[in-house]
Amino acid sequence: MRFLFKTHYNQDIDHLKHGGDRFWYGLLLVLAAAAPAALGTFYLGELNLVMIYAIAGVGLMLLVGYTGQVSLGHAAFLAIGAYTHSLLLGAGLPFLLSIVAAVLVSALVGAGVGWIALRMTGIYLAIATLAFAMLTEQTISRAEWLTGGFRGLAVPQASLFGMPLTQGWQHYYVTLTLLVVTLLAALNILRSSTGRAMVAIRDSEISAESVGINLAVYKTLAFALSAGITGLAGALFAHRLGYLSPDAFTFLISLQLLLMVVVGGVGSMRGVIYGALFIGFLPQLLAIARDTLPPQIAQAPGLEPGIFGLILVLVILFEPQGIFGRWLKIKSYFQLFPLYRRATHRRQKTYLRTERLR
Amino acid sequence: MSYLAVEDLSISFGGIRAVDDVSFAVEEGEVFAIIGPNGAGKTTLFNLVSGIYSPDGGSVRFAGRDITSLPAHRIAPLGLARTFQNIELFEHATVLQNLLIGRHVHRRSTALSHLLFLPAVRREELEHRRRVEDVIDLLELAHYREQRIANLPYGVRKVVEVGRALCLEPKLLLLDEPTSGLNPEESEDMGFWIEDINRDLGVTVVMVAHDMGLVSRVAGRVLALNEGRVIAEGSAAEVQKNPAVVDAYLGAD
Ligand SMILES: Nc1ncnc2c1ncn2[C@@H]1O[C@H](COP(=O)(O)OP(=O)(O)OP(=O)(O)O)[C@@H](O)[C@H]1O
Ligand SMILES: [Mg+2]
Repeated sequence: MRFLFKTHYNQDIDHLKHGGDRFWYGLLLVLAAAAPAALGTFYLGELNLVMIYAIAGVGLMLLVGYTGQVSLGHAAFLAIGAYTHSLLLGAGLPFLLSIVAAVLVSALVGAGVGWIALRMTGIYLAIATLAFAMLTEQTISRAEWLTGGFRGLAVPQASLFGMPLTQGWQHYYVTLTLLVVTLLAALNILRSSTGRAMVAIRDSEISAESVGINLAVYKTLAFALSAGITGLAGALFAHRLGYLSPDAFTFLISLQLLLMVVVGGVGSMRGVIYGALFIGFLPQLLAIARDTLPPQIAQAPGLEPGIFGLILVLVILFEPQGIFGRWLKIKSYFQLFPLYRRATHRRQKTYLRTERLR
Repeated sequence: MSYLAVEDLSISFGGIRAVDDVSFAVEEGEVFAIIGPNGAGKTTLFNLVSGIYSPDGGSVRFAGRDITSLPAHRIAPLGLARTFQNIELFEHATVLQNLLIGRHVHRRSTALSHLLFLPAVRREELEHRRRVEDVIDLLELAHYREQRIANLPYGVRKVVEVGRALCLEPKLLLLDEPTSGLNPEESEDMGFWIEDINRDLGVTVVMVAHDMGLVSRVAGRVLALNEGRVIAEGSAAEVQKNPAVVDAYLGAD
């Protein structure tokens, strides 16, 4: 076990708390940067996709895992980011500016949705966001003059600093950079009063109000942040797709994003990465499984969403803290070996809360 | 003008008048207790004063300002903090985070500067941390600093909630049954802390309590409620002897 002697409050504020952290995260970054040299085009592309998912996951995690507001409609923000970016690129805006614009437009729409849904929580919020996503999908398919509807919209080729982005490794580095930037920004939010206000709302709205947190402002802000970040992922996703059409942003995508957050571990940014890896490589696992299953099952329509839903339910029932929680348990098992007790991680008694006030 | 002046405050839920024409005044610097049998309307009164509910009638003035129709999040920055009878902490956060959340009204930086964590934000965070550590020292919470609320025993949670309220640096503190569910030693400590908070930090305290021992020890004046109405007001000894109060408690048993 590691005992950390702290000599300054800064040590609690810093992202990397000690030498070990700096070493491992540094190594991870070096490995990620070296990946294009080691991986073939296919796996590099898959890794790129995983990182795009991870960016969207960071956005959704801020909302679901830290503010406690469920969204079943985040595919819509992915779509808004993707379409805004493609249209603006097509209109001749430089790559980076168009990305920023995509983030801002998504954030603005997110703020609107958040503001409208202010009084809703839990399942009602989930349904409202789902309705919003369906509305967005419909709008995109109807607004043919702008989006090309179901005929689709070709994503223009981007160029960065005068260099056309044609190769997989170029996109990979763009995504990697933006993922790191996004993670840092999200972690910065979480270690300041804005992030704490979000956590407060998640755990007790009535207490949050009583310490002076304006619920309307912070919920709207959380939605805006979450949507903006997901919009960023959408812009990158557009290049991956190459061709946008409304059926690339269906309910299944929203479900996948939520699955990523829940499976990774609600309330942890590291969980987002685990969740993204899981989501990214799940379709491949499913494809392999398909070959071995009897055709009646393997060809059944709705197999994928069915399995996603099933995993979601199982995780919530048996490992509410997701992969990240499981990892913590495994780690402490080895640290305490042979003294680990099953009860170590069991949640202690909970006490009555003021039901009347909800 | 009194520091906290409640006048003719009323609220009904369905048919029940939970708080019915209640008036009282609290002076700056005193410890004021509110007693009454179960269902008397004490918690509802706190919810009205702190802005969780808005009243059907009457008014609340605090430090010379009419706060009757202000929402809770606008009342807290004026220097009013509270605790809850059934503990409303941020369960999945640590003690330290809970206390830091209590500093929300003292934030100076904007969300945009938080994204970048500018040097000014770090300076502000360090300042918050120092203030929080003062509260941790006062309430002897150092041992629990990094623990999640969900893993804490009940007695410690009660103390953390008082600590969170203190982190607002309030001028007026509303405590809803600060000793309920505590063992005798914990209650004793809580009594001392309430005295310290009042005397050393200069915070005016209004507390709901069932424990008459605590009330007579720390409270200067006592208000007794029953079925939403004021039935007595005076020193602890006077109120305890008041026939209406005796009746209310016997009737409730
Ligand atoms: N949100 C609400 N909706 C409906 N009725 C309520 C609500 N809040 C309080 N009441 C009712 O108002 C009355 C007063 O309740 P309150 O919680 O204020 O009593 P109390 O004096 O705090 O009692 P206790 O000593 O049990 O804490 C009760 O009859 C209660 O049922
Ligand atoms: Mg009560």
